[in-house]
Amino acid sequence: MGLEVGIRKRLKGFSLDVSFKNQGLHLGIFGASGSGKSMTLKCIAGIIDPDEGRIVLNDKVLFDSERNINIKPQKRNIGYLFQNYALFPHLTVEDNITISLNGKKEDIKPKLEEMIKLFKLEGLERKYPKQLSGGQQQRVALARAIIKNPDILVLDEPFSALDSHLKESLEVELFELLKTYNKEVVLVTHNREEVYKFCDYMVFLDEGKSIINENTKEIFNSPKYYSVSKLLGYNNISEIQYLTNNTLKATKWGISYKIETKLNDEFSFIALRDNELILNNVPISHGEIVIEVAVLDVIESINHYDLLVKNASFIQGDSISLKVDKNTIENINFKENLFLHIANEAIVYLK
Amino acid sequence: MEISPILISLKTATVATFFTFIFGVIAAKLVLDIKSERIKAVLDTVFTIPLVLPPTVIGFLLLLIFGVKRPIGRFLLEFMGIRIIFSWQATVIAAFVIAFPLMYRTAKGAFEQVDENLILAARTLGMSEMKIFFKILLPLASPGVLGGVILSFARALGEFGATAMIAGNIENKTRTLPLAIYSEVAAGNMNQAAYYVIVVLAISFVVILLMNYFSRKQITKGN
Repeated sequence: MGLEVGIRKRLKGFSLDVSFKNQGLHLGIFGASGSGKSMTLKCIAGIIDPDEGRIVLNDKVLFDSERNINIKPQKRNIGYLFQNYALFPHLTVEDNITISLNGKKEDIKPKLEEMIKLFKLEGLERKYPKQLSGGQQQRVALARAIIKNPDILVLDEPFSALDSHLKESLEVELFELLKTYNKEVVLVTHNREEVYKFCDYMVFLDEGKSIINENTKEIFNSPKYYSVSKLLGYNNISEIQYLTNNTLKATKWGISYKIETKLNDEFSFIALRDNELILNNVPISHGEIVIEVAVLDVIESINHYDLLVKNASFIQGDSISLKVDKNTIENINFKENLFLHIANEAIVYLK
Repeated sequence: MEISPILISLKTATVATFFTFIFGVIAAKLVLDIKSERIKAVLDTVFTIPLVLPPTVIGFLLLLIFGVKRPIGRFLLEFMGIRIIFSWQATVIAAFVIAFPLMYRTAKGAFEQVDENLILAARTLGMSEMKIFFKILLPLASPGVLGGVILSFARALGEFGATAMIAGNIENKTRTLPLAIYSEVAAGNMNQAAYYVIVVLAISFVVILLMNYFSRKQITKGN
């Protein structure tokens, strides 16, 4: 059961090589812009043909280059929410929603009314897309996509066309709605909050390649790859070097420290979780790495402070960013010597 | 004052525009749907070439096709009893061929302007290609297609060279307004020619006003 994709497509200056399997209900396809997310989605929907590979949805083969199967988009029964919603501008809300249905007006009416109610579109039936707000347009597009009861719903960056203040409330609304919908959903996004909030399973794309396909929380916890951690919001990343068999050096920051067991050979970067780092005036270590630092910058944001610090004995190196609570910052005396505590929980190793 | 050239011209231009509309739209859709770039380029050239050829060359080529001694012309005459040359139908054929590229090119441009995502969305919704064409593509391209209709009608109304060659200049039968103007001037009747000129100007003016009105109505939907 579920969606299974393994496809390749070569284009000028870009090649797509994606394989993943959805083992949850809500799958996130995550990656930077231009990483091939939308193209993957279009291949699933059948509006772009891959060069080779296989796409299977709930045991139904949608595409198989070896067996020469390529089901038309019309027959795939996939509900597709386009990035800009792609509402038909010359049709009213009700005509947009019901255009995929064939049959008499009387037969269509109950279904339309159900959709109007579900998506809170009462009173907008006769309006044209241009007369609607971004949020209303999104709901019309969703109603249009699910009125035919698709086997799977795919959403292409559903919030990218919206203002940020609208986004947050709509996100909650949409995710709640989709959770009650209880069908397989694929969400394409470059926003880590969205993928974390909504997707139980995710696949990460980097320059057209699928790098990692796992449980969402697991990936956020240990991103394993340099490119993945960058997009997931890890700002502190340095190369590592072995000084001796059990001494490592983070070269960017000039921090050397001992490790108990030798790392797997494939790891060549260290990343620090900025919310797990602790800054205080205490030089004493309880097993964690402690270095003296100089504070470069303190930026107050809405809920916390962003601090930039540098290793005091390696001032030519790169800075480390960390988040400090508004309450704890009062306990730090910035006029005295400052120490950064890097506990094991704060460290992630990357390929 | 002779009214028959006005009636003939209006009839010819209307019928010719009707056919250019149908065939121009079909040709535009056909060319856009063709995947092979080479065949696309060839067809595009064939459909566009009457636009750049002198009308007399079109007339000559039409004579080659419909002349009573040519295969097609002979077939039509012998088996169906239809004689195209010097008939009123010939004015329609001449106007059709001359106006066709304008309709074809504007329709093609109008179709290309339609956001491709809308067509893709329609496919994912399970709509058949036929339904997509009539319910999405054609309505969205309608302002541009209407523009093509205006141009075709104006061009059909003004057709002279090819018409003179295959339909001749027979009074009450194939003498359209442009031919009437030419004949009156040739005969030295400048006043009579001016009268026809004013009629042509008036018709053109009204047609463009009407079409502009309708196309604006289309575009402003929902604003």
